[in-house]
Amino acid sequence: MRFLPGLLALLMVACGGDRSEVEEPSAPRLPQPVELELDDQGRPLPSVLADEQVIHRGNGEEPQTLDPHLAEGVPSANILRDLFEGLTTTAPDGRIVPGAAAHWDISRDGLVYTFYLRPEGRWSNGEPVTAEDFVWSWRRVVDPASGAAYGRMLAPVVNAGEIFAGRLPAEELGVTALSPTSFQVRLNDPTPYFLGLLTHPTTYPVHRASLEAYGSAHVRPGNLVSNGAFRLLDWQVRSRIELEKNPHYRAADSVIAERVVLYPFEDENTEFNRFRAGDLHWTYQVPNNQFRWLQRNMTEALVVAPWFGTYFFSFNLNRPPFRDNLPLRQALNLAIDREILTEKVTRFGEIPTYHLIPPGLPDYESPIPEHADWTQDERQAEALRLYRQAGYSEDEPLTVELRYNTSENHRKIAVAVAAMWKDVLGVRTRLINEEFRVFLQNRAQGRVTEVFRAGWIGDYQDAFTFLELFHSEHGRNDAGYDNPRFDRLLEQIAGERIPSRRRNLMAEAERILLADQVVLPVYVYVSKRLVDPRLRGWDNNIMDYHLSQHMYLLRERDPASPLQVTDEN
Amino acid sequence: MLKYSLKRLLSAVPTLFLLITFAFFLIRIAPGGPFDSERALPPEIEANLEAKYHLDEALPLQYLRYMWQIAQLDFGPSFHYLDWTVNDLIAQGAPVSFALGGLALLLALAIGVPIGAWAALRQNRVADYTVMSIAMIGISIPNFVMAPLLILLFAITLGWLPAGGWAFTPSRMALPVVTLALPMIAYIARITRGAMIEVLRSSFIRTARAKGMPEKTILFQHALKPALLPVISYLGPAAAAILTGSVVVERIFTIPGIGSYFVQGALNRDYTLVMGVVILYGVLIILFNFLVDLVYAWLDPRIRYDEQEA
Amino acid sequence: MSEVTRDAFDRALDTRNVRGRSLYIDAWHRLLKNKAAVTALIVLSLMVVLVIIGPMLSNWDHEIPDWEHYSTPPSLETGHLFGTDALGRDLFVRTLIGGRISLLVGLVATLVSLIIGISYGAVAGFLGGRVDNLMMRFVDGIYAMPFMFFVIVLMVVFGRNIFLIFVAIGAINWLDMARIVRGQTLSLKNKDFVEAARASGATEFHIIRRHIIPNLLGVVIVYVTLTIPQVILVESFLSFLGLGVQEPLTSWGALVNEGAQELETAPWSLLFPACFLAATLFAFNFLGDGLRDALDPKDRF
Repeated sequence: MRFLPGLLALLMVACGGDRSEVEEPSAPRLPQPVELELDDQGRPLPSVLADEQVIHRGNGEEPQTLDPHLAEGVPSANILRDLFEGLTTTAPDGRIVPGAAAHWDISRDGLVYTFYLRPEGRWSNGEPVTAEDFVWSWRRVVDPASGAAYGRMLAPVVNAGEIFAGRLPAEELGVTALSPTSFQVRLNDPTPYFLGLLTHPTTYPVHRASLEAYGSAHVRPGNLVSNGAFRLLDWQVRSRIELEKNPHYRAADSVIAERVVLYPFEDENTEFNRFRAGDLHWTYQVPNNQFRWLQRNMTEALVVAPWFGTYFFSFNLNRPPFRDNLPLRQALNLAIDREILTEKVTRFGEIPTYHLIPPGLPDYESPIPEHADWTQDERQAEALRLYRQAGYSEDEPLTVELRYNTSENHRKIAVAVAAMWKDVLGVRTRLINEEFRVFLQNRAQGRVTEVFRAGWIGDYQDAFTFLELFHSEHGRNDAGYDNPRFDRLLEQIAGERIPSRRRNLMAEAERILLADQVVLPVYVYVSKRLVDPRLRGWDNNIMDYHLSQHMYLLRERDPASPLQVTDEN
Repeated sequence: MLKYSLKRLLSAVPTLFLLITFAFFLIRIAPGGPFDSERALPPEIEANLEAKYHLDEALPLQYLRYMWQIAQLDFGPSFHYLDWTVNDLIAQGAPVSFALGGLALLLALAIGVPIGAWAALRQNRVADYTVMSIAMIGISIPNFVMAPLLILLFAITLGWLPAGGWAFTPSRMALPVVTLALPMIAYIARITRGAMIEVLRSSFIRTARAKGMPEKTILFQHALKPALLPVISYLGPAAAAILTGSVVVERIFTIPGIGSYFVQGALNRDYTLVMGVVILYGVLIILFNFLVDLVYAWLDPRIRYDEQEA
Repeated sequence: MSEVTRDAFDRALDTRNVRGRSLYIDAWHRLLKNKAAVTALIVLSLMVVLVIIGPMLSNWDHEIPDWEHYSTPPSLETGHLFGTDALGRDLFVRTLIGGRISLLVGLVATLVSLIIGISYGAVAGFLGGRVDNLMMRFVDGIYAMPFMFFVIVLMVVFGRNIFLIFVAIGAINWLDMARIVRGQTLSLKNKDFVEAARASGATEFHIIRRHIIPNLLGVVIVYVTLTIPQVILVESFLSFLGLGVQEPLTSWGALVNEGAQELETAPWSLLFPACFLAATLFAFNFLGDGLRDALDPKDRF
């Protein structure tokens, strides 16, 4: 028996060890910047800038590709926005401002856009960026042979649909180079958000000569020729991507950062640790479970802002129990307590929502369902009434499968939602966690799904990016929603030129969608990250676009300076 | 010896063939494909992509095409990392994994063998239990717990080492190497201890003792060599596994090795990439098992391969 | 178990079995002298009893969140002895429920691998010759395949049922067993009593079942005690990848993985499951080592 105490002691040491580490977290002191001083053009004075302008950014997973036309996903888009520049670009606050085009004309009917490129626009090898570059690039995007993941972004352009479908050659796309610096685009329908689409990497120009010379290797360091504020210096797969300032960039003078290093992370806790160790100025995300620690130790670095996305669940409308069962869908929607979900589960200030389209759009207001203003008790009472109306009761409870893909956050929300359904209605929920691709396939096929995790981050700043998902023909309409009236509304919206009428049509479409309870909205996403207090020049915006070219590092304040004393008082 | 070696290497061909065939069809059983994404691709584009990578052909035809390709040592383009070929990715990741795994292996041997031998000499005494208990921590605490603990202690609290990231420098490699080595130390110590106990009881050691040979001579010149044989046979597959990286260590320390490709490649349905690393692993296993046999023959003169099959 | 003949040779075998039994009794006595192994045995028995009856003794349920106390430290006041997880679920109950799953999963996979491994190895070893060669070549081929890749693909394919997965894990984890059994069979099959049985006209299958398998018992027991902890670790690795057991069920691996992510904010959520997991793995490993020492005939003087 001599061994047992030894074993126990060992376990105590092993286990007690982490505990002592835990109870006294070394409160990390973030470096504090000097006071920001601006010159009369609103630019920081050289005296306040750090000597070394190298920005280290965490950037989610390894990008699949740096070819702007083939890329998808936020991590690659972040890098591409630094490497390339579209006809328009965004200011730090998300406003759409001239990019490669200095200005543009829009025809009276809203169907013809003429962009006037900046004569000083240059590729990173010094060659001028021409209208012909855009023509060639856009043809490449719509050519089905190139396999552009986001080719759909150019769908409003004349003939794009026919070219995708292979019925017309790419040369028939409605784009023309009127002169080396004027680029004309013809659209099928007036598309009020068209200028916003032009900030998307799919619409960026690519350098034809290097693409033709290197093929799919054209994006390797040394080969990649880009027209943005930075050029590719080095790329170590799954380790780092290093960008340096592009001296040929049209506004190179206003770019302060000399280099940007982007790090891929497969694990958010790792990124968090690297930030704490002082290796990063900017993180891609924050682990959900670190909320309390952050509140206690790092509030000044935590930046949380509303994002243009909604977390929701979707019902499969083509299978029992939800087919033709509106009261049941409504009951499940009313039974969940969104306040608890956002305050106790997600915890980072996500905004509970009862509708689909996130707030914050300058020209759109969602129709708010009546139950949004009720108390939770009222919602639960109504939920129970509807549940019974749908033919279920405590004795004959609903058994339902709730599907989500593998992720810590999805798991927690699903568990909580299932517990709420059980608590309020007595529903028996089977939670089904699926690996991502299996999940996508099951969702798309709609043969086994009942209610499943969904969510959408808008691709462009317009309500339509959410509504179009529920068109009966849309490839991601996994609910199987098929309402001719809704489809007709979408078509009307696409053709509508008058902003107020378009707005009303969109609100009507969203109202129908909510009344039909196709989805169960939960909360509005927030972007959340840690930012070194010395890093400035960026601002929150709902699209969560943060171009490195606006960023700069302030000098670190001397810890002995009197400023800090007044600060702490 | 040469004849034996040639024979062994030749017999590896059907093994490898079996492995490749099996893996090729196994990964295709998984639902979903490499180009699925939450943003649904228009069907025409998906069809084009599939045609581009020959994924639209009948599976047996794809298999033949693939076999022909790898016969020329071309592992094809990655379906997930579109800018790179599998050869590129392995060429970038393998040196990292080899360095980390190799160091971990050396560390594990350097610690595991002595403590295992020491425990054997003190069998069933406090020292034995203590040493083996400590070693056993390595296999009782999953490495995804050990790694964050080490980071918290050495990187965050003490600030001695970086919290992650990769470079061929001692400070960046220290924590991942230790994390990788810990379970191996335990296994090696255990195997050494067991083998050593057995050897120490064998007749030739007893004879040596009876002859009055000094204990040191007995231990180092006579006992250690045969006691190492089981360790060596453990090392064959273990070396192949550790040199091909660890998804846990790579993920937690952000290390660009090839271990993640076994998992990520399968999850992303990056057929070519996952096949590439599976084949690499298979080749290493076969190679190391072969080396193990050679070392065996060298250590144990009783084994002569020219006459008998192992 | 239909017995056909009970001839003289089988009686001869019976006497051998008596000898065999005394061999196991000897081993048992040797095991009892090994304090580490005995401690391990006690720890394991306690663990099994605890995970079976523990959850019944608690007021809490493993799946219903207590929204008043989410992520709270252990406390007698709230009644959450081990604290609660990030969703307010009682960790005492979850740790024990997780223990049930982990132990069960370890057992199931090990048994499956045992059955396949023994049958395959015994058949290969017994038939010998070209069949043996072919069968072992097949084992070599699978052996050269990275285990994790295998597991991940199976996980993706059978993702919805943890036991199916572990049947599958067992179904690929049998290679070592097959090799051991084949070796033992090869050495046993020319022994006198087997020859005798064959001469008496017993079928090959009968010989394998009656004569070869009982002789492998020692190897098998050691194998089982050392394989269960390995399988439990494999399950924990799958939980790390998020591919483990389905909510609201849990396992030690899943709990430890959740806990490791809250190392600093909620240490108790790592502490308790990790100690249970570590203690169990410790115990299995020490027991396995003890059994090996006890069963190894070379140990006897």
